Amino acid sequence: MADLVSHPDEVKVVTKRFGKGATNIDRYLELDGYKAVQKALIMKPDDLINEVKNSGLRGRGGAGFNTGMKWSFVPKQSAKPKYVLCNGDESEPGTCKDRLIFEHDPHAVIEGVMIAAIAVGSNNGYIYIRGEYRYLLIIMQKAIKDAYAKGFLGKNIFGSGYNLDIFWHGGAGAYEVGEESALMESLEGKRGIPRIRPPFPAVVGLWGGPTVINNAETLASVPHILLGGAEWYAGLGPAKNGGTRLFCLSGNLERPGVYELPMGYNLKKMIYEVGGGIPNGRKLKAVVPGGSSTPCLLPEEIDVSMDFDSLMKAGSMLGSGGVVVLDDSVCMVKFALRTMQFYKHESCGWCIPCREGTDWLTKTLKRVHAGGGMKKDIDNIQYLSENMLGRTFCPLGDAAAMPTIAFVKKFRKEFEDHLEGRPCPYEHAAEPVAV
Amino acid sequence: MLTHYPTKRSVLVPTLLYAQDEIGFLSDEAIAEIAGRLELTELEVRNVISYYSMLVTEPRGKYNVQVCTNISCMVRGGEEILKFCKKKLGVGNKGTTPDGMFTVEEVECIGACSWAPAAQVNYDFHENLTAEKMDAIIEEYRTK
Repeated sequence: MADLVSHPDEVKVVTKRFGKGATNIDRYLELDGYKAVQKALIMKPDDLINEVKNSGLRGRGGAGFNTGMKWSFVPKQSAKPKYVLCNGDESEPGTCKDRLIFEHDPHAVIEGVMIAAIAVGSNNGYIYIRGEYRYLLIIMQKAIKDAYAKGFLGKNIFGSGYNLDIFWHGGAGAYEVGEESALMESLEGKRGIPRIRPPFPAVVGLWGGPTVINNAETLASVPHILLGGAEWYAGLGPAKNGGTRLFCLSGNLERPGVYELPMGYNLKKMIYEVGGGIPNGRKLKAVVPGGSSTPCLLPEEIDVSMDFDSLMKAGSMLGSGGVVVLDDSVCMVKFALRTMQFYKHESCGWCIPCREGTDWLTKTLKRVHAGGGMKKDIDNIQYLSENMLGRTFCPLGDAAAMPTIAFVKKFRKEFEDHLEGRPCPYEHAAEPVAV
Repeated sequence: MLTHYPTKRSVLVPTLLYAQDEIGFLSDEAIAEIAGRLELTELEVRNVISYYSMLVTEPRGKYNVQVCTNISCMVRGGEEILKFCKKKLGVGNKGTTPDGMFTVEEVECIGACSWAPAAQVNYDFHENLTAEKMDAIIEEYRTK
């Protein structure tokens, strides 16, 4: 099953309670649970927002926007009710961390939603969990029920006079729904087509009311920030990239697993020391640093600090923390193809550049990988991707384009090796499958 | 659930999945019933169903074997696991065995990347797979 691993370099903040039975609310209370929200209840909302702002916490879903700043965009007065929405639709290929948070510390997510609600003046929160995570939805349903039973949710929480309701909500299979505006559409019972921005969710969100949407890991980090202090949290990572994050190491590695490391941890160290390096005597070929939407890095580019700003400078992104390690048995054309197939499959179909672009790119990549490519196909792949970038209705188009541009730029020779009907140089004969 | 939202329509997606869990698929009757209760047209309900990959309007095997072949699983043998399942059960993608026991489906990332290659059978996760393990898993479901 989803086993937990550890490494001495880990700094356990969000994972502090993992494996300690914290799904049980009494156990959670023993482990400093629901202390932070009580602190929040007696703080001035502006002070609360500033504390989170100064901690340097940035969105752990992928976009990396400063969380406190996002909260500050919610207007003080609102004719319509305000909402907090936890994005638990984790579907970015390479990412499997929110799963563990829901499994081992669901109350931390609830508490994070509560603190966000208090900060922006909302009385209603929703925790949206992807449909495939049914066993985690069941855990969350119980956690919410237990919180209500103790008077932590509902009317007059903790005797404070504040009313706060939180509801669970299950999805039914759609990557695009992880995009915050599509998430709202889905919660409202519709197809997950994104909305035009502006207006942004903080101003016009769920059912027209101001809505804060945060990733599950982001929200689970908030109670720890309140207990430890913004200065402490900010100090764990580089400037403007405070804290720790859960990194999902996967792919051709000796020790794949989810590890919580400080922001700014070196990627090379992460791969070789934490992940144990490449097994079976193989060599590193490429790394996808933050989920399939992020441009890959070459072996000579992995000496980089894993934080939002450093990776942006290096031409990639920290993204969702999904670190996918590829060895020299992987065909990069096939990898590019599988990546594009994913985006084509998941494209909501609303806007032409994404719907047609992902389709056309998939067809071209398929043909090139099969040996039926022409030289101009390689330039076309780059040209199509570059023309998708920044022209789609939501970031899914960028998520498809950016990694593809990197694959062609950094592995052009490999693409050229597939031309003129040559068989894929990496397609090894698969072991006969024992039945 | 209806009291959890300001609009009736908001329960639609989770309701559809729960209904499908009960019946096995979203039948015409189920769609009509849900549409009626939520004061939506059947067309509106079908439009929503067609968007979400977990929702189906045709009967499926008792056990839906969903094998991930996305990037982390692919580089750790996910495609071979899918091939094995198709061969063992004698079906293609989204095909159902004649006895109605198993469907095999190639799926996108299920959030098990660090324990790849992985699959789901209905809602159960099965990870760190090999062909041998998959063989045993399928047999175990067969005799459940």
